[in-house]
Amino acid sequence: METRELTCIGCPMGCQITVELDKGEVLSVTGNTCKRGDIYARKEVTNPTRIVTSTIIIKDGDKPRVSVKTANDIPKGKIFEVMKDIDAAIAMAPVKIGDVLVKNVAGTGVDVIATRNITKV
Amino acid sequence: MENYDIVIVGGGPAGLAAAVSARKSGIDKILILERDNELGGILNQCIHNGFGLHTFKEELTGPEYAYRFMQQVFDEKIEYKLHTMVMDISDDRIVTAMNRTDGMFQIKAGAVILAMGCRERPRGALNIPGYRPAGIFSAGTAQRLVNIEGYMPGREVVILGSGDIGLIMARRMTLEGAKVKVVAELMPYSGGLKRNIVQCLDDFGIPLKLSHTVVDIEGKEHLSAVTIAEVGSDGKPIPGTEERYTCDTLLLSCGLIPENELSREMGVNMSPVTNGPIVNESLETSIPGVFACGNVLHVHDLVDFVSQEATLAGENAAAFVKNGCKDVSDEKGIEIVATEGARYTVPSTVSLDRMNDLLTVRFRVGAVYQDSYVSVYFNDTRVMHNLKKIMAPGEMEQIILQKEKLKEFEGLNKITVKIEKE
Amino acid sequence: MVYDVVIIGAGVTGAAVARELSRYKDLNVCVLEKEEDVCSGTSKANSAIVHAGFDAAEGSLMAKLNVEGNEMMDELCEDLDIPFKRNGSLVVCIHKEELPGLKDLYDRGVKNGVKDLKILSKEEVKAMEPNLSDNALGALYAPTGGIICPFILNIAMAENANVNGVDFRFNTEVENLRKDENGIWHIRTNNGEYLTKYIVNAAGVYADKFHNMVSEKKIHITARRGDYCLLDHEMGEYVSHTIFPQPTKLGKGVLVSPTVHGNLIVGPTAVDIEDKEATATTADGINDLMEKSGMNVDNLNVRRKVITSFAGLRAHEDGHEFIINWVDDAPGFFDCAGIESPGLSSSPAIGRMVAKMFKEKLSLSEKSDWISKRKGIVITKELSIEERNELIKKNPAYGTIVCRCESITEGEILDAIHRPLGARSLDGVKRRVRAGMGRCQAGFCSPKTMEILNRELGIPMEKITKSGGKSNIVLERTKGGRD
Repeated sequence: METRELTCIGCPMGCQITVELDKGEVLSVTGNTCKRGDIYARKEVTNPTRIVTSTIIIKDGDKPRVSVKTANDIPKGKIFEVMKDIDAAIAMAPVKIGDVLVKNVAGTGVDVIATRNITKV
Repeated sequence: MENYDIVIVGGGPAGLAAAVSARKSGIDKILILERDNELGGILNQCIHNGFGLHTFKEELTGPEYAYRFMQQVFDEKIEYKLHTMVMDISDDRIVTAMNRTDGMFQIKAGAVILAMGCRERPRGALNIPGYRPAGIFSAGTAQRLVNIEGYMPGREVVILGSGDIGLIMARRMTLEGAKVKVVAELMPYSGGLKRNIVQCLDDFGIPLKLSHTVVDIEGKEHLSAVTIAEVGSDGKPIPGTEERYTCDTLLLSCGLIPENELSREMGVNMSPVTNGPIVNESLETSIPGVFACGNVLHVHDLVDFVSQEATLAGENAAAFVKNGCKDVSDEKGIEIVATEGARYTVPSTVSLDRMNDLLTVRFRVGAVYQDSYVSVYFNDTRVMHNLKKIMAPGEMEQIILQKEKLKEFEGLNKITVKIEKE
Repeated sequence: MVYDVVIIGAGVTGAAVARELSRYKDLNVCVLEKEEDVCSGTSKANSAIVHAGFDAAEGSLMAKLNVEGNEMMDELCEDLDIPFKRNGSLVVCIHKEELPGLKDLYDRGVKNGVKDLKILSKEEVKAMEPNLSDNALGALYAPTGGIICPFILNIAMAENANVNGVDFRFNTEVENLRKDENGIWHIRTNNGEYLTKYIVNAAGVYADKFHNMVSEKKIHITARRGDYCLLDHEMGEYVSHTIFPQPTKLGKGVLVSPTVHGNLIVGPTAVDIEDKEATATTADGINDLMEKSGMNVDNLNVRRKVITSFAGLRAHEDGHEFIINWVDDAPGFFDCAGIESPGLSSSPAIGRMVAKMFKEKLSLSEKSDWISKRKGIVITKELSIEERNELIKKNPAYGTIVCRCESITEGEILDAIHRPLGARSLDGVKRRVRAGMGRCQAGFCSPKTMEILNRELGIPMEKITKSGGKSNIVLERTKGGRD
């Protein structure tokens, strides 16, 4: 049996959660004050994921960079692979919020989308 | 001189929400004055996610959150001027502003909403000894350089202060290929959100050293190293605990200061605790018809609360304008006092005449409190006693006052907010 | 080409000498400066005071040039558009047994030729300065004492010299001096060799190094570090005069003074060091200032109101006297060494004295077309709305505020960049127009100022510096710079 201590990130409360695991299976979750803490903790110990936010080079825009995010969570272990694809991408202005700038980033099945509008100049 | 019903100083989250709410309250002539080249304020450089859980029930990035409000401003055809700096506001609400195309101009405003936001505490104010080389940035300046301009300040980074911007920048710099060596925090607790400590530091194995500060800065032209040391309970560095880190970048995330140059010059009464204006339940300052909201009023932890506050300021400014730009109630209001752990409250008075059915009173605590109670007293009677598992200085707290309850309490002349162990 | 005169150092002394020499016909003058701009050493980090002249020893060159320099300031600052104000100095006595010291200082001042000195009673001085400590027992009042912008004093004299034909070479560090058989000096620098008939050594804390290269009569200059704190505008009127404690052997002590730009300055400490580049502040120094400034002025919360601290190095010569003369055993080599406080105050008089000595030796005659005046950079925040609008109509850049704290427009920054000896770095802009000098200490304006420098001078963003050399602000583009 193994225990993992986590700080919940579901809200600013930051509950200290203890998860008991046995062979990768969650036995108990304690310390959370809401349901979201329970869900977070179970996921964080079995399949941790993150949203990655960054910027992408944009050409002919009114800004040199366009801010982006992964449209959904990606596996935490793939953050740097995702960044590699994001760093390699080049977008062309104009761009609107939600436009897909990298498809299926790092083979995660998740797209990278623009989080701001960039006007063409 | 041109006339506007409401002039809003600042087109960041507070100014945008105030504008939209004033329009929805039926005000026609609204003008937002923004000094930057776009609306949205500091949210434009906060490209990380985590905004809007309360407002939109989803996690947005800063620019996305800003755009939700910008879209409403565009839809409502609310006027705004970019690249425009407000230079002065007189106590009879003549706003003097300037830009390249209009030159310096004046506007007579029915009401003014102050929404200038805040700025970061610079190195000078922190009294860090050593050289003054290039390579030292406030975290927000570095954030702008990296996220908007697309430049890296350096490759080896030390961060002083565990405010949210510092934590966010630890992750940003790491993702962009820099090595963040350590985050030092003077206080025995972090000023940032838990979530940011986990996702910005722990995820990347960046150590957070509490009760530590920078005691030396090396490098005549460019930063080459900093020394950090543990501080004792007196706040002074403990000899022998020094650790030297070679680095080319030092980011400072050591607190935010409401940007109240304009407010002070116009003679608004200020709170020495928040460094923001003292306001009543309508978020009106000591100068009638001048309202304040967002980080210029007090530094917030979440933008959602900025939007809520600004919405209220917009409604109240609208009411003021509709009343012919005068205060219809001469009631002074009941004093709200923060004491014993509560550092301040916003607002600091409440008038029964003017208040809505519910009034949110926001405050911050001065230390970390576990399993403690937020208590509210009407005169000497405790009327509220809410258990909180944890309260920390980095996070804003709130209580809600019900008009009904205030009315019922005979001879109410003072409301006290305090933190109690039991 | 062979210059007639090469001046080593573009600090306030070098600039003053350059300007005065620029009056003369057929004299080719060049200033070599190791930093990227004028006013980059001692001249940029001092108390910014124009001393009345009662401190220096009776009969000393220091005393003479201080009083003369002080008297020259009004006309010079008028001609060159330099912010200067005679706010008056007070030397405050807080120990009964030291009261006679005030009289000694008074007597010395009178002998030095300082005008209008007066000893004030406790009541008189408190009436003049309500925030003065209740321990104040009396004071020496010198109405001729003043405050000045040390940057603009230095910059304006250099600009004016440049307009009158003096060359300036920046990033040019003198490495060696040699005289050939024809009596021509060969100055080896990191930037090539310069030839000249005469050398003026105005190298500040390094003046001993150059003197000792050419002379057997060695001199020694100690870098005496002084820490300072600059306080917010909010405190700019806390005192209206420059408040000195009674002087000690190490100097004039920790003063508290308003600045011409509406801040309050507190400092300096005095620590003798060997490293001539060691301008790092120390925790001890800053703590010392906080303690000492509180002795003369009440309730001065330095810790809460400080916006920046810095350290400057005074060029302290062992004999504590200005050395301004031809060097006997090195013909053609002229020293301006040991120029420590009151060096800033004395600088116009130093320039005049050096020029006079050159005139006599070289039989120089004055140009008929010498330009004596300089128009400073317009300070828009001092203008009326109408004046501003006229300016904006001519150049819209005057309508854009770049530095919010000090209310500096893009137009002012453009002027700072494009005028003679214009700014090339953030600090260069800051010293000329104060962008970045305010309470946020350039957090807000530095990216904008960088963009302007990039656009106007074509310097890549990665090459824009805080103050030359390796002080670049950003390292590289994100994303590997593939754009």
